[in-house]
Amino acid sequence: MASAAQRRIKSISYAKYGYLFILPFIIVYFIFQFYPLINTFIVSFHGNGTEGIEKFVGLDNYKAILFGSSKRAIKMVHQKFFSALLNTVILWVGNFIPQITLSMALAVWFTEANTKIRGEGIFKIIMYLPNIITAASIAVLFLQLCGEAENAPGVVNLMLNKMHIVSQDPLSEKYDTIKFITGKWQSRGVVMFIQTWMWFGNTMILLMTGILKIDKSIFEAANVDGASSWQTFMNVTVPSLKSTLSYTLITSMIGGLQMFDIPFLYHKDPNKVSDNLKTVAVYIYEYFHDQVDPKMGYAGAASVILFIITVILGCIALYAMRDEYEIKIRKATKKSAKQAKLRDKQFGGF
Amino acid sequence: MSNMNKVYGKSKENYTAKIKRKEWTVFIICIILSVICLLPMYILFINATRDSAKIASSISFIPGGSLVKNIKTLFKDVNYSTVYNVLIGYRNSLFITAFCTVFTVFFSTMTAYGLHVYTFKLRNAAYTMILAVMMVPMQVTSAGFVAFMLKIGLTDTYWPLILPAIAAPTVVYFMTAAMKDNGIPLSIVEAARIDGCGEFRTFISIALPMMRTSIAVQSIFAFIASWNNFYTPNMILISSKFNQKTLPMMISAIQASDKFTDYGAIYLALSLSIIPLIIVYAFFSRQIVGGLAEGGVKE
Repeated sequence: MASAAQRRIKSISYAKYGYLFILPFIIVYFIFQFYPLINTFIVSFHGNGTEGIEKFVGLDNYKAILFGSSKRAIKMVHQKFFSALLNTVILWVGNFIPQITLSMALAVWFTEANTKIRGEGIFKIIMYLPNIITAASIAVLFLQLCGEAENAPGVVNLMLNKMHIVSQDPLSEKYDTIKFITGKWQSRGVVMFIQTWMWFGNTMILLMTGILKIDKSIFEAANVDGASSWQTFMNVTVPSLKSTLSYTLITSMIGGLQMFDIPFLYHKDPNKVSDNLKTVAVYIYEYFHDQVDPKMGYAGAASVILFIITVILGCIALYAMRDEYEIKIRKATKKSAKQAKLRDKQFGGF
Repeated sequence: MSNMNKVYGKSKENYTAKIKRKEWTVFIICIILSVICLLPMYILFINATRDSAKIASSISFIPGGSLVKNIKTLFKDVNYSTVYNVLIGYRNSLFITAFCTVFTVFFSTMTAYGLHVYTFKLRNAAYTMILAVMMVPMQVTSAGFVAFMLKIGLTDTYWPLILPAIAAPTVVYFMTAAMKDNGIPLSIVEAARIDGCGEFRTFISIALPMMRTSIAVQSIFAFIASWNNFYTPNMILISSKFNQKTLPMMISAIQASDKFTDYGAIYLALSLSIIPLIIVYAFFSRQIVGGLAEGGVKE
């Protein structure tokens, strides 16, 4: 039996408190995130340079970025954007493939019921460590470790010298170093390595959580039926992990599109980001941060294009990896509802 | 019987041997990966104690004797101390990070509580919106963000670095999930009401203490994310005054300076920038890894 107080409380509407509690979030979100997003669109329709920012130019910035023009300056904008996009894709693919392979293998090994890996907890903690270190510090650290100066090489080149891969001229004592910083593919390789190094522990833990959520009896059934580890992996683990995998893929892809700190700092020439590493995020940053001649319009248009790519990629990944089982159930429910309706009609229904 | 024993005994032995072999292989792979994870940082700390000339000519895995000399170079030499001052960096980073962490966690819990406890018309709409915007990357809105901040004159201040922390969609998402799972039963809220406790007081004195585990985990993540943030401060603090710079900005200044040439000093500067994180990790690594697993994918 409800007491008087309880009845009184039931009759009061608390809806206004709900709004009150989420109000700070909503206000701050609209000022600092939603309006800036709208403003990015607005800026993208305006001109470049300190005066141009007031002038409405319609889709000119998009045209310049996507199709270029015969004018040299605009052609540069166009070419630079596509080389930045290509760099972003190369760097992302080059880090995602080794990362997912490594994390998947480790996650499967750590969760297998019949094997017990000693020190699993410690390994997890060590492998996650690189992820919490400041990316800016890591970029500068690897810049030191991979130093390529002939008279004062970094640790990596010295190690390779010990392994007789890098030779040292006996007379001048100069090393024939591998160009880990200025070389096109060498520097990309280092950035891919850093990204993999930073993120595989994180991905591994996510995948492990996903695997542990799978019903254990399926693994037991596969084991009883004599499935090999590889068969179990392909036919049980991967299909059951679809939602975890799609989450990993989407977050990694969006993270990859934003890649900034490491490519921005990993170069030798103090004030010039290497062209082989310039990602879209760096491209945008350089345009609106130009001290002499800020090009807000191009930066805005490139951001909008990046936003659209992000949304499209997110939708594709969600669609490709959607839960087929759930869809089947939903279809079946729909079908049975339809049939029930038909039956009702047949018998007159009501 | 003896025949059967022979056959099954052998296959069982084979099976056990196979498992053992696999366990050892995986163990060795894990050791190698752990070495790869730790080696760069180990070399970083070792080289911070070595002489610049020695660093350039040889590798060492034992500390050298030049730590004091490197400290002197880093703090006394004008070429170095005008580019990188770890104390100013700590002060600024800590200031921003402390506010960001408190704001993120407090307001996210509050938003999650509002969504969890109250039924109101726009509840589902608000929750869906928060989920949808979780994925919008900062880099996409940055051009508009900076243009807007320039217009209202907030560049070169800490406001645009601290205030946005109030709206952290990801943390709200995790907090809501945690409250739904086992956090706050609605009956407790009702009991508090019967006892005459105001709504806001219920939140402060009942909900917050009940959520302390999730709050602790999310605080650690918020702390690390804010401490490591290089993109936003670098973008907002346009005139990059030395006194305003955060630690990652100082690191970037080392890279951009052509006078910062002493290898020992560079390694020492980098070490000082990551030591706070290593300390935080040493204390909270279990909670961090556990929190990651918990916050993983909710199905």
